[in-house]
Amino acid sequence: MSFVSYILAALTVAGGLAAMLLKNTVHCALALTVAFAGLALLFLNLDAQFAGFAQILVYIGAVAILVVFAILLTRGSETPRDGVFSKSWPLGLVIAAGVFAVLGWAAIGSARVLPHETAAPTVTVLQIGNALVSRYVLPLEIVAVLLTAAMIGAVIVAMHEKEGQK
Amino acid sequence: MTPLTSYLLVAALLFSIGLAGALTRRNAILVLIGIELMLNAANLNLIAFWRYGPHPELLTGMMFAIFSIAVAAAEAAVGLGLVIQIHRHAKTTDLDQMNRMKG
Repeated sequence: MSFVSYILAALTVAGGLAAMLLKNTVHCALALTVAFAGLALLFLNLDAQFAGFAQILVYIGAVAILVVFAILLTRGSETPRDGVFSKSWPLGLVIAAGVFAVLGWAAIGSARVLPHETAAPTVTVLQIGNALVSRYVLPLEIVAVLLTAAMIGAVIVAMHEKEGQK
Repeated sequence: MTPLTSYLLVAALLFSIGLAGALTRRNAILVLIGIELMLNAANLNLIAFWRYGPHPELLTGMMFAIFSIAVAAAEAAVGLGLVIQIHRHAKTTDLDQMNRMKG
C-alpha cells in the first residue's frame, strides 16, 4: 500500500467518522460525500477505473443529493434537544467494536494466505461492457428490473396522499 | 503487511463506523447513511480482492461491486422515500419516538 493510498484511506475514514459523529445532519451529509469521494479515489488507486467513476456518478452525484433532499424535506437539520444519539448508544458502540475486532482479527490472521502484490491488471471499459452483455447479462437484466421497481416504488411511497383517499 | 490486508482493515474500520452510526444515531436518515457506509466498505473489499486476486481479467469482483453499487442506489431511493413518508405521517424522523407499529 503506497503513501497515497494511506492518505486516501485516512480521508475516507475521517469522512465516515465525521458523518456519524457530527450534530448537524446537513454537515453529516457533506462528510458522507467526502467519504464517498475518498472511496472513489481508493477505487481509482486500485486500478478499478470504471468502478471509481461509477462510484462518483452514483454516490456523489445521486445518493448524496438524495440524502440532502431528504434531510431538507424532513427538516432533519434541526438538532434535537435530547442529543443526536439514541438511549442505547453504549450497546451499539460495543457491538460495532466487537464486529471490528472480529473483522480485523480475520484480516490479520489470514494475511499469510492472502495473495501478495501483483501486476496491475489492464481492464478496459470495452472488456467490462463485453462481460456485462455476455457472461453477466442475466444479473444486468435483473438489476434493470430492480432499479425500475425501486424507482416506481420510491415514487409511490413518497407520493402525497390526497385528502379523503386514506 | 500486504496491501490487501491494509485495504481489508480500512474496509473493516469503515464498516464498523457505519455499523456504530446505524446502531446509535436517532435520526432515520443518518441510520441510512450508516448503512450506505457499510455497503461501501463491502465494495472496497470486493475491489481489493479483485485487484489482488489470482484472475483479475475475469472481472468477477469488479462486476460484483458494480451490481452492489446499483442495488445500493435502489436501496437509498426506497429508504429515503420511506423516511419522507414516515415524517409526513408521524411528524418526526427520530427513531426513538417511532415505537408503534400501528399508525
